[in-house]
Amino acid sequence: MSESIALLTIFVLSVFIGFEVVSKVSTTLHTPLMSGANAIHGVILVGAVIVTGQADSGLGITVGLVAVVLSTINVVGGFVVTDRMLEMFKGRRPAPSERAK
Amino acid sequence: MSRTWADVAYLVAAICFILALKGLSSPKTARNGNLIGAAGAVLAVIVSLTYGDLDHIPLILAAIVVGSVVAVPAARRVPMTAMPQLVALFNGVGGGAAALVAMLELPNATGGFARVAALFTIIVGGVSFAGSAVTFAKLQELMTTRPVTFPGGPFVFSGVLAAALLLSGVVWNADGTTASAGAIGVLVLALLAGVLFVLPVGGADVPVVISLLNAFTGLSVAASGYLLGNTLLLVAGTLVGASGTILTRMMAAAMGRPLTGTLFGAFTATAGPAAAAGPARPVRSAGPEDVAVLLGYARRVVVVPGYGLAVAQAQHALRELVELLESRGVEVVYGIHPVAGRMPGHMNVLLAEANVPYEALREAEEVNPTLAQTDVALVVGANDVVNPAARTDPTAPIYGMPILDVDQAKATVFLKRSMRPGFAGIDNELLYAPGTTLLFGDAKDSLTKLVAAVKNL
Repeated sequence: MSESIALLTIFVLSVFIGFEVVSKVSTTLHTPLMSGANAIHGVILVGAVIVTGQADSGLGITVGLVAVVLSTINVVGGFVVTDRMLEMFKGRRPAPSERAK
Repeated sequence: MSRTWADVAYLVAAICFILALKGLSSPKTARNGNLIGAAGAVLAVIVSLTYGDLDHIPLILAAIVVGSVVAVPAARRVPMTAMPQLVALFNGVGGGAAALVAMLELPNATGGFARVAALFTIIVGGVSFAGSAVTFAKLQELMTTRPVTFPGGPFVFSGVLAAALLLSGVVWNADGTTASAGAIGVLVLALLAGVLFVLPVGGADVPVVISLLNAFTGLSVAASGYLLGNTLLLVAGTLVGASGTILTRMMAAAMGRPLTGTLFGAFTATAGPAAAAGPARPVRSAGPEDVAVLLGYARRVVVVPGYGLAVAQAQHALRELVELLESRGVEVVYGIHPVAGRMPGHMNVLLAEANVPYEALREAEEVNPTLAQTDVALVVGANDVVNPAARTDPTAPIYGMPILDVDQAKATVFLKRSMRPGFAGIDNELLYAPGTTLLFGDAKDSLTKLVAAVKNL
């Protein structure tokens, strides 16, 4: 049970961090931010790798590998496309009035 | 690698993700933030491959290569206008992966909480996958972008969701093959719920839904982290879930409507003042030559780009026109509504791609005070974001939404495809105002003609 409480603690603290880090983002960056957050949850690849590596039936391995492919698309595509978007913002006006929303 | 070192590495990766989100919140640090996040993901995957006695490593590596080969060209080549549907797609496959991971882990999950986490992951991941697929189809225009409703829709949706929860209760108690078979049933119901969830959402509200589904996937990843006892997945998923929720609320606020209105607006049917049916009212339309004269001899022009510009992929043509006007000494700025485009902030990305200098882009609250001194407001493919009903008509569905006050300008020119109202489905009084001129046609066509006409002045 104590491990559950530890995980719960981590969960609650992460919620607050998640709220905090994006609370002052300007609308200009909504699209890249959404895309970047999207890439971050692609780290489910870690989970897919672990369950596939522990699978022992043919079906289990197959399903696991599908999960690996899908999550790789999520994480790799997510970071690449976000970088491409942000590349276009470079070298322009330094900071478009970071207005608190 | 020992368990301790693996956990330390996961902690480092988690910190990378926090720094990534933090960095992405400010234009100066955004690109580095994204790279830090990518580095964290690479580190985490390497750790997962090297720690613990995993089998089938060559197969897993091959699958990672396959995924990368699919993802990189898609991410590199997709046009910027198609960005929202690509983000939806990436989000959906992430949710699908989380659901599959939970399906595989469910039989090993002992203990009530772990089972709940597994079932939660399957349901939310499944909803996210199917919902994102429908979102993709709507944005890619593989299906209608109008809300799809049918009688009893909300009841069917609630029924499917209730069935999924009920079956989850059964699976929670079952063991072995019964549990696995039941879990497949739960996944199918979740997929169906995802489809029903997004169908009634109208095209203009789809971006808010992408953001919400993004948060959903985050939560399902967090739950799978609990299930696998993996703190990194827990932290990363929760970060995305929490920040995605905030982002979704900010977007809904920028559209001036509560989130429930976005999601269930179509459910409760459009009771608002529908476009006043009746005989067509007179409008003043003009040819490109007339509009060119108006623009070419103006001192100050404010361009208001909208959804229609993105659809017509006319951002390059628009930049050409603006540069031409500037070379004639006209002062031109762009007034960008927060939700212009297909995603909040999307218009900024589109115009940046067309090499529009960042200095020319102004936010609504910056532009509004200057509109009274503006000769021409050129509205390209926007409607609801300039509809004065948001200020004046308390019964309008968009009442209270911040708009660009183009009715204050001395003259207003609309480039529109037709007289069809915007997504809010309400008439725009401004179209009938005496100072308003309409130029009908596809935005790209019209802009190209305007460029030619201004050159001939």
